[in-house]
Amino acid sequence: MAIDNETVKRVAFLSRLKVEDDKIEPTKEEFNKILQWIEELNEINTDEVEPLISVNNVNLRMRNDEITTGNCREDILKNAPSAEYDYFAVPKVVE
Amino acid sequence: MNDITKLTVCETLDALKSKKFSSVELTKSYLENMEKGRHYNAYITECADKALKQAEMADRNYQSGNNRLLEGIPLGIKDLFCTKDIRTTAASHILDNFVPTYESTVTQNLLNDGAVFLGKLNLDEFAMGGSNETSYFGPVINPWSKDKDLVPGGSSGGSAAAVAANMCAAATGTDTGGSIREPAAFCGCTGIKPTYGRCSRYGIVAFASSLDQAGPIAKDVKDCALLLQSMAGFDEKDSTSCDIAVPNYVDFLNKDIKGLTIGLPKEYRPQGLNEEVASYWDKAAEYLKARGAIVKEISLPHTKYALATYYVLAPAEASSNLARYDGIRYGFRAEGKNLDELYINTRTLGFGKEVKRRIMIGTYVLSAGYYDAYYLKAQKMRRLIHNDFMEAFKQCDIILTPTSPITAFPIGDESMLDNPINMYLNDVFTVSINLAGLPALSLPIGLSQNGLPLGMQLIGKPFDEATIFSVAAKIEEDAKFERK
Repeated sequence: MAIDNETVKRVAFLSRLKVEDDKIEPTKEEFNKILQWIEELNEINTDEVEPLISVNNVNLRMRNDEITTGNCREDILKNAPSAEYDYFAVPKVVE
Repeated sequence: MNDITKLTVCETLDALKSKKFSSVELTKSYLENMEKGRHYNAYITECADKALKQAEMADRNYQSGNNRLLEGIPLGIKDLFCTKDIRTTAASHILDNFVPTYESTVTQNLLNDGAVFLGKLNLDEFAMGGSNETSYFGPVINPWSKDKDLVPGGSSGGSAAAVAANMCAAATGTDTGGSIREPAAFCGCTGIKPTYGRCSRYGIVAFASSLDQAGPIAKDVKDCALLLQSMAGFDEKDSTSCDIAVPNYVDFLNKDIKGLTIGLPKEYRPQGLNEEVASYWDKAAEYLKARGAIVKEISLPHTKYALATYYVLAPAEASSNLARYDGIRYGFRAEGKNLDELYINTRTLGFGKEVKRRIMIGTYVLSAGYYDAYYLKAQKMRRLIHNDFMEAFKQCDIILTPTSPITAFPIGDESMLDNPINMYLNDVFTVSINLAGLPALSLPIGLSQNGLPLGMQLIGKPFDEATIFSVAAKIEEDAKFERK
């Protein structure tokens, strides 16, 4: 499955990354090289194989539905590039 | 006397207990080495003042007899572990002003045992790389370099270089596809990636969550055993952390290995395997045989597919994990006319080339229409690779392989930089172990003809780090590797 320039642009936007116009072609070539290499997985038939999602075969633990942390607004906002009135600040979203 | 920095952690603890020197004297010696060794670029952030305060506290605890497991031992911390009030960058521009307000569980465990933190160690950006060249803060130089500057391996390159150059007594690392073991091998150190779930991932900047594990890089096997003892353990804050008792690993170092079966996977000896690597591998097997172990050939038939499987799964998980870096809540922000533009500008300027490459590959393999062909396929291959190991462990107790097919290579090597696949191929002996979630240790076995360290890898059954330590201690004794 080779990808084209349009796919590079689409994937870049999905990733919220900018690929400059002159970098689209080289990016496409590089990706196709990597994807071609990955194609070797198709040498093995896996129709009957169950996907492995986690190596720990344990079910997630249950815990009581209780508040364990809180009252740390200052901590949470401490690293914010922009915060106002105890909130994260962003450019205007709703016109 | 600067020689005290050449001691192992265990030797240092004995000396501190018998008051041969204080933790403050020791910490000062390490800080001196760090200053002299700045050209290695192993540290991103140094914390001299904080370290000396911790050392003073440690000395008081020795005075009062309240000394703990690692009291007063100066450690380096990979800059992927969140450390409260100490900048944590993941070697990325996007986090270069991030100061966590909380402590990772692993580093908290070390602090609870009395460790002193000298600073934060360099790494590949977000731990994505095998040479430490993708760091926003520049490459780390391998202390074994001779005429040309060599890479220390990656991603825990700063950790391995700092241990090798005696700029810390030991260090923490993380390993997603070989990031503890490969740099340990390249720098002549010992490092262990424990079983997935052994160490809590809470507070470690996430790369590929189903593969990431923390572990120590140290001067020898015993130090690794002691450090892992401190770092490991169940943690409610990590839902993948396992509630399984952590044995006293140091107790297993002297355990007899007579009758243990050591498997040598035939797939790890492809045509064209470097002859020196192959002959050291044979030598390591001979050492174990002479100790009464049974050495036999085993097969891990899907080995060939591990790398491609890894390079689908790891970028997929990374693309999802790194979606959080949006310039809103923490880290670097580049402005934009609207929210989307802010995101795009922030991420485009904030991430480096390799990280962006992996985010895009990951986004592609997870995107509608390609998910089944790539991501689901890779998860199925992961099952087969995992099953290979489970089958093999019916016939053997430990698997012995080389850690890397090569020794440290020069910084800026064109064949590696021009083709990312060439760089990825260095992980050929290490990635399968992360896919299967197994524990594996790398220790130095000797020097190549050009005077560079080579590492051997011991892979164990899930949660059986103890047997790895027993076997590793024997190889270490016989190989008599001379540290720097």
